Amino acid sequence: MIEVRNLNKHFGSSPILQDVSFRIETGESVVIIGRSGGGKSVLLKHLIGLLQPDSGQVVIDGEDIVPMNERELLRVRRNFGMLFQGAALFDSMTVAENVAFAFRRDRSLSDKQIACRVAEVLEMVDLPGIEAKKPSELSGGMRKRVGLARAIIYQPQIVLYDEPTTGLDPVVSDSIDKLIARVRDRLDVTSVVVTHDMRSARRLGQRILMLHDKQIYTTGTAEQIFASKDPIVRHFIDGVSDDKEVFF
Amino acid sequence: MISDGKRWFTEGIEGLGRLTLLARDAIASISTLKVAWCDFIYQVYFVGVKSQSVVLITGAFTGMVLAAQTYIQFHKIRMDTATLAVVSVSMCSELGPVLTGLMVAGRVGAAFAAELGTMRVTEQIDALRTLATHPVDYLVVPRLLALHVALPLLTIEAIAIGISAGYLIVVGLYDVDATYLWYHMKRYTEIGDLFVGLIKSFFFGGMIALIGCYKGLFCDEGAEGVGRATTEAVVYCSITILISNLFLTLVLGRIFHTL
Repeated sequence: MIEVRNLNKHFGSSPILQDVSFRIETGESVVIIGRSGGGKSVLLKHLIGLLQPDSGQVVIDGEDIVPMNERELLRVRRNFGMLFQGAALFDSMTVAENVAFAFRRDRSLSDKQIACRVAEVLEMVDLPGIEAKKPSELSGGMRKRVGLARAIIYQPQIVLYDEPTTGLDPVVSDSIDKLIARVRDRLDVTSVVVTHDMRSARRLGQRILMLHDKQIYTTGTAEQIFASKDPIVRHFIDGVSDDKEVFF
Repeated sequence: MISDGKRWFTEGIEGLGRLTLLARDAIASISTLKVAWCDFIYQVYFVGVKSQSVVLITGAFTGMVLAAQTYIQFHKIRMDTATLAVVSVSMCSELGPVLTGLMVAGRVGAAFAAELGTMRVTEQIDALRTLATHPVDYLVVPRLLALHVALPLLTIEAIAIGISAGYLIVVGLYDVDATYLWYHMKRYTEIGDLFVGLIKSFFFGGMIALIGCYKGLFCDEGAEGVGRATTEAVVYCSITILISNLFLTLVLGRIFHTL
C-alpha cells in the first residue's frame, strides 16, 4: 500500500506540488494524469524516494520513507520496479547486462540462472533473443520493453511507469499498454502509471488521479473520469486549450 | 555585485559540503569491502593503461627540458655533474606527481565528469538507485580506488622516464661524465624524495576521482550542464592539485626531512 500525506515540493521558489494526498491499495492499477510540466513525474519519483519532499509523508507498506537516508531506501526500493520516460538503459552494457543488472550486483544467482531469468523476462516483453544487442541498436519501443524487463526481473510488488508511451507511434503505444496490462495481471503487482496519453489512461487505469494546479484535482474510476462534466477535466480529456494558452 | 558575491560564496560552501559528504559515503562504502572488483580493474585499465602515452611524453620532455636548463646554469659554475641530481630530486618530489596529476586530471577527471554527468541527465543514475544500487558504491568507489592505485604507478613511470630522458640529454648532448653524474644523483636523491612524490600522487588521485565524480553526479540538466561540469572538473582538479601541493610539500618535508 502506498499513501502520500500532505506532500509539498518546491524547486527553487517555484511550488510544484502543494498538499498532495492520496492512497493506492495493494494490487491496484492507478493512472496519474495531468498537464505536461504539472509535476506528475516529480510525484512519481517521490513514491520511490528519488526525490525528497519539502514536507509531508510517503508511506510504503506502513513505513514512512521520507526520513530514510539513501542506504535505508535501497531496502525499500527492492519492492519497486520503475520504467523511465527514456527507458534509462545503461548504454555501456548489452541488453542482457542491463536486464540482469540487479542480479549481477546481488551475486545471489549463478550465471546460468541469471541467463535463464533474462531470457524468461525478455520473452515476457516479446523481445526474445536480443540479449547481445546494445541499447543504441534498439528502437524507442524496444528500449521501453527492455526497460520494463529490467524493472520486473526482480518480481517487485510495485511497478512505476513514467510516461511509458511518450514519443512512440500509436501502434507501438498500444503494444506497450497491452504489455503493461499483461505484466500487471501476470505478476499481480501494484501499478502506478504517469501519462498524459488518454488512450493509455483509459486502458490501464482501474482508478485515475488527475493532478492539476499542483494538487490532486479529482479522482475516480476511468469511467467516472471520462464521463466527467467538470470543465477542467473535460478540457484535458478532449485536448482543448484555452484561447489564452495559444502561443505563436 | 554584493548579492553575486554572496551567492558565489554560498554555492562554494554548499559544494564543499556535498563533496565532503561524497567522500564520507565513499570511505564508508570502501570500509564494507563490498567493492565491485571487476569495475575496479576496468577503471585501473582505463586510468592507468590508457594514460600511459600522455604521462610518458610529459615525463620525458619535462625531464629533458629540466636537464638542459639545469646544465646551462650549472655549467657556468662548473657543477655539470650535479645536473642529474637536480633533475632527480625535482622529478621525484615535485614535477613527477604534479605533472602526472595535472595530465590525468585533464584526461580522467574530465572523462569521469562527462560520463557521470551524461548518466545523470539521461536518468541512468536514478535507474541505478531504483535497482537498489547506491551510485557511490557502483560509480565512485571503483574510480576512487583505481586512481589511488594507478596515479602513484603512473608517477613512478613519469619519474623514471624523466630521469632517463634527462640523463640522455646531459650525457648524449652535453657530453658530461656519466659516472659522476650517476654518483651525484644517487648521493643527493633520498628515498624520502620518492616517498614524498608517491604520497602526493596518492592524494592527488583521490582528489581527481572525487572532484570528477562529484561534478558529474551533481551536474545541471542538458548538454550545457554536462559541458560545464566537464570543464569545471578539469579546472577544479588542477587548482586543487596545485594548492594542495604546497601544503603537502610543507607537511611531508617535515616528516621525511627533505626540506
